[in-house]
Amino acid sequence: MALLEIKELTHFFGGLRAVYDFRISLKGGELLGLIGPNGAGKTTIFNLVSGFYRPTEGEIRFQGKDIIGLRPHAVTSLGMARTFQNIRLWNSLTVFDNLCIAQHYHLGYGLLAAILRNRRYRENERRVRKTAEELLEILGLGHYAREYPKNLPYGLQRRVEIGRALSVQPKLLLLDEPAAGMNPGEVEQLIDLVQWIRDRFNLTIWLIEHHMRVVMSVCEWIKVVDFGETIAEGTPAAIRQNPRVIQAYLGDEEPDYA
Amino acid sequence: MRRYLSPILYLIFCLVMIAATKGNWINAYLQLVAMFIGVNIILSASLNLVNGYMGEFSVGHAGFMAVGAYITSVLNVWFFTSSSVFGPALMEPSMALYLFPLTLLIGGIGAALVGLLVAVPSFRTRGDYLAIVTLAVNYIVKSSIENMQVIGGARGFMGMSGVVGGMKEAVDLPWVMIWVLIAVGLTVWVIQRFVSSTYGKGIVAVRDDEIAAEIMSVDTRRMKMIAFMLSSGMAGVAGGLFAHILGYINPGTFTIMKSTEVLVMVYLGGMGSLSGSVISAIGLTVILELLRPLQVIKWVVVPLLLILLMFFRPEGIMGHRELPDVFPRLRRLFSAPER
Repeated sequence: MALLEIKELTHFFGGLRAVYDFRISLKGGELLGLIGPNGAGKTTIFNLVSGFYRPTEGEIRFQGKDIIGLRPHAVTSLGMARTFQNIRLWNSLTVFDNLCIAQHYHLGYGLLAAILRNRRYRENERRVRKTAEELLEILGLGHYAREYPKNLPYGLQRRVEIGRALSVQPKLLLLDEPAAGMNPGEVEQLIDLVQWIRDRFNLTIWLIEHHMRVVMSVCEWIKVVDFGETIAEGTPAAIRQNPRVIQAYLGDEEPDYA
Repeated sequence: MRRYLSPILYLIFCLVMIAATKGNWINAYLQLVAMFIGVNIILSASLNLVNGYMGEFSVGHAGFMAVGAYITSVLNVWFFTSSSVFGPALMEPSMALYLFPLTLLIGGIGAALVGLLVAVPSFRTRGDYLAIVTLAVNYIVKSSIENMQVIGGARGFMGMSGVVGGMKEAVDLPWVMIWVLIAVGLTVWVIQRFVSSTYGKGIVAVRDDEIAAEIMSVDTRRMKMIAFMLSSGMAGVAGGLFAHILGYINPGTFTIMKSTEVLVMVYLGGMGSLSGSVISAIGLTVILELLRPLQVIKWVVVPLLLILLMFFRPEGIMGHRELPDVFPRLRRLFSAPER
């Protein structure tokens, strides 16, 4: 059974065709890249997959389950987490709380237990806190647990956001432009981080990225979209050579990512 | 031991207050003010749940208060007193003592259900637009009551003093004061535990970034329902108490003016600060009483205070912090280690 199966996914915003006949099949364990010029519909695809938009047409199956019409929190609780293009951490909550709250769907207790603080509450809260602590530790963020995200440098905020997505304990991780706004040093760290996360947590990662260095060195397979349509797909080496991609995405000149 | 310090202190405080009321160490006026402070603490703390912690802007809190006040009062007068409206008492008036908490709770539940009128629209709109919804609910409640002649309509509803008398006859203690103290304690306790649990922090996540909250597995609709219903339910309980303190209620009490008063308390105390809400409810009630001789000018002075506060300290007295954050020594004394 495929982890994620998307067929004939089409989405319109009014009269604008944002995504057309998008298809994908992930069997699990891949590191997939999604690239394309600005406005090509990449983030829309992520928003459709994570349940934020309801597609006009098409089929999305996650672990064999049809997820169209599910609200985003329900999709997430099936094991799909994502990060955002512009960082969306909860800034008035500590880094630690950010990672705890993302485990909301399997807290295992409700309002009454939270008020009575019974054993069920204590055990589950301990588990949630332990998960958050461990994650912060592995990501090298242990030192920042009590900080507020807005006080952290940009690169660290990205890392916290990835940490928050991981605390959902996902099988599929969607990263929307993880390298946006990073300096070269942070980009190198990110490349290591993404690969390391995939191996450490046994994840499937699907990322949108503009930064060619990241895409080419991280992804095993790349899909290119333009005006909502898939114009090419293949290995990084193949994509690099593909004339349609060079023309649509990188412009007519020879790119200098070599 | 430390974790029991604050409940024990509160218990001692309650006993002192009850003794002071029973023994008439403080006069009837001060007793009344003390009870209003209690009601205001419940109102501001519960509104803070929605306006402070969840970041919505509810301006109709008095509407929920009215629902609770009327439901509790009508039930009590109907069951425990002989009135011209409902005929002879259905039960011994002394039974009021045991069933009062229940009627108070029913009033709270009624108010929480009316809270759904706000919670459901909140799934689709927020901010200013939701504020208008809350305002509308406030007016719907007030106008509905005004048009229900059975319960007195615009003239108001009375007879609660008979209920209080029944309780007093059963056991001679200042019962209304006791119920107020218990309700205040429970409200603060419930809200404190709710907002400090990972579950309750979900509503803070909704405030900070609702989309991120929904996508990071927080069921935002459920959290909104819980916050609105808890908040309006508590306002309903406050209303029930308020009705029995005064012995008389009329729809004119529960207008936007009353809602504004509660709003001022929340913003004065600091959004998302429970201790701030408690402090400002006490402070503002006392100030309003002290300024009573000024009569109408009071309503110039108090808003002016608010303008000055917003100018010099826009985040309110406590501003997202709790007492132990301001006085770290308190933390050593009181709070049980969280982990």
